[in-house]
Amino acid sequence: MELIGIFKYLYEQLVATGIPQVWVDLISLVASAVIIFGVLALIALFLVWWERKLSADFQQRMGPMLTGWHGLIQTVADAIKLIQKEDITPTKADRPVFFWAPIICFVAAFAVYVTVPFGEGLIVSDLNIGILYIVAITTFTVISLLMAGWGSNNKYALLGGMRSAAQVVSYEVPMIVAILSVIVFVGSLSMVDIVESQALIYQWYIFRMPFGPIAFVIFIIAATAETNRTPFDLPEAEQELVAGFNIEYSGMKFAMFFLAEFINMFTVSAIGATLFLGGWQGPFLPSWVWFLVKTFGLVFVFMWFRWTYPRLRVDQLMEFSWKFLLPLAFANLILAGWMKYSGWFNW
Amino acid sequence: MTEGLRTEEFQVNMGPHHPSTHGVCRFILTMDGEVIVRAEPVIGYLHRSLEKICENRTYAQCIPVMDRFEYCTSMCCNEVFALAVEKLAGIEVPEYAEYLRVIMMELNRIASHMIWYGTTALDLGAITPFLYSFREREDILDMFEMTCGQRLTYNYIRIGGVSKDIPPEFIPKCKEFLATIDHKIDDYERMLTENPIFMVRNKGVGTLSPEMAIAYGVSGPSLRASGIKYDLRRDDPYSIYNRFKFDIPVCHNGDCYDRYIIRIKEMRESAKIVRQALEQLPNAEVNTGKMVKANFKPAKGEVYSRIENSRGEMGVYIQSTGDTKKPLRVKMRGGSYNQLQVMPELVKGVKIADVVAIMASLDIIMPEVDR
Repeated sequence: MELIGIFKYLYEQLVATGIPQVWVDLISLVASAVIIFGVLALIALFLVWWERKLSADFQQRMGPMLTGWHGLIQTVADAIKLIQKEDITPTKADRPVFFWAPIICFVAAFAVYVTVPFGEGLIVSDLNIGILYIVAITTFTVISLLMAGWGSNNKYALLGGMRSAAQVVSYEVPMIVAILSVIVFVGSLSMVDIVESQALIYQWYIFRMPFGPIAFVIFIIAATAETNRTPFDLPEAEQELVAGFNIEYSGMKFAMFFLAEFINMFTVSAIGATLFLGGWQGPFLPSWVWFLVKTFGLVFVFMWFRWTYPRLRVDQLMEFSWKFLLPLAFANLILAGWMKYSGWFNW
Repeated sequence: MTEGLRTEEFQVNMGPHHPSTHGVCRFILTMDGEVIVRAEPVIGYLHRSLEKICENRTYAQCIPVMDRFEYCTSMCCNEVFALAVEKLAGIEVPEYAEYLRVIMMELNRIASHMIWYGTTALDLGAITPFLYSFREREDILDMFEMTCGQRLTYNYIRIGGVSKDIPPEFIPKCKEFLATIDHKIDDYERMLTENPIFMVRNKGVGTLSPEMAIAYGVSGPSLRASGIKYDLRRDDPYSIYNRFKFDIPVCHNGDCYDRYIIRIKEMRESAKIVRQALEQLPNAEVNTGKMVKANFKPAKGEVYSRIENSRGEMGVYIQSTGDTKKPLRVKMRGGSYNQLQVMPELVKGVKIADVVAIMASLDIIMPEVDR
């Protein structure tokens, strides 16, 4: 609430200076881009640290303890180290492809946040195709992974890239169908409309029996695969492919893949929170706090998966998606459509 | 459109520097996409010429060399060499020392299986079990450390006995460990045994038929997983193993999952043996045996001794001329070597991820292969 007030005040101040409206819009766009980038970079750094701390807790270790309070600035130190590293391009790499892959991955990860509502009114642009835009942009990640795999001219990297392409394409479908079953109920693709339709806790789509929880579980499973995390972390399966698609990357390019992975995890958690957990809705606390609480809760679930489960094999992964998840998602979509049509539980 | 399209096999060089080849093994994998067409193990990256080193040392000096033979179970390596020389020279080992040897060897077997458990989970992508099993392995290593000062290469079991008596705090510590180990193994099982992902990754993968296992000389838990109840502790009892009651777990499918089950069960059985050994330990007569001296010369002859190691039959063949202090020939046999030879058969037509799973389940470690 108060955050949006500050932004509104700044915007009005800008208008009051009397510069042309075009410039005002441009400045406010750039400003919001910088803010989003800064916040997300902070979140990514925090997530890296959190993942290390959580894994340490799961494994009865301490995790990073030396750099800062409980190792809080360990990730900053790591980032500085990675910046200093030599940026190596293999001699036989496909140079432009190799160069652009991490950039596309990084940019796509951030571009999603145009339509993610961080709080009431805290959204860069409430596109009327919001969720469609997000789904479209997240798919860019697979192109970058494929490029990284191809451009590296390394067999492990190529296998990793191919795996990720196959995997993301297979899991995109059930994920979109799961999202669709929510869209059917909302009747709008706008992220703000989706959140506003879940004002009260029993209106959250996860609690809309029986289709809601099913769609949520499908979404979580598919999102885990989307973000290449255990048990679906085949593209970078260390024990099989050494490091998969990012095997030849060093220094900042590696860091870009690495940060993008964490941003993507935050993205799918944010989508999950928006679609199923009521987004920013909640009592007492400011809306952006609720959003962050819910999103970090989902991030925790993803991390929990990672430090608990073994990895699936590539054919089992495909089978699970096409033979189980997809039919279930479609059946669920039909159920949701029928519920909407017949007016059941139409709160 | 697909007329002119041609796919071809390609080769992947897995190792020697690869995270999951358990040492420095190298596989030349010929692959069709993700599927293995052919696999060719290339060994020798960890060759340290241990046999030749032994042939240039006195018998007592060979024991520390044997430590390096298979460093996950150094106690057993000590034992197999000591056993061979004792057989050759007719040395009697005092009962007390025999009990200590059994306690140490079985604890070492548990520790070795814990490494296997952790690395198996790790190879399948689960990282946390590794740290769980290493937590308990730490307790065992602490016990070894308080006994002989070493944590990996013990040089504890010597020709004629053991190097020193256990310290007074060993027995309480060991009892405490044994009291919790079953519960801890339950924890391990809870993490993997019933885990659906773990099951689909392992069931029906890398099936080793009993015929093939025998043909390749596979031994130890990997053989028992194929349905053959063969354990040297029972079938060719050495030391004092005939005094203990323990089961020899057997499974019948011979796949990775059965090899997992067998090893988990073996940890429990080993704990059982240690418990019995601690009970029976003759406290009246503390005699750790008389070590052989540097000028020790066994009579002319040859001997082969073998024991059940955590990775199968471990054997040492020694030939003595009778007039020198050094063995004329030392030949070591490790279970991992045969297990590695069967790998190319098992991985034909599986995915690359299964290569890792199969290798982990056969529990191959490279020092034993290369020697």
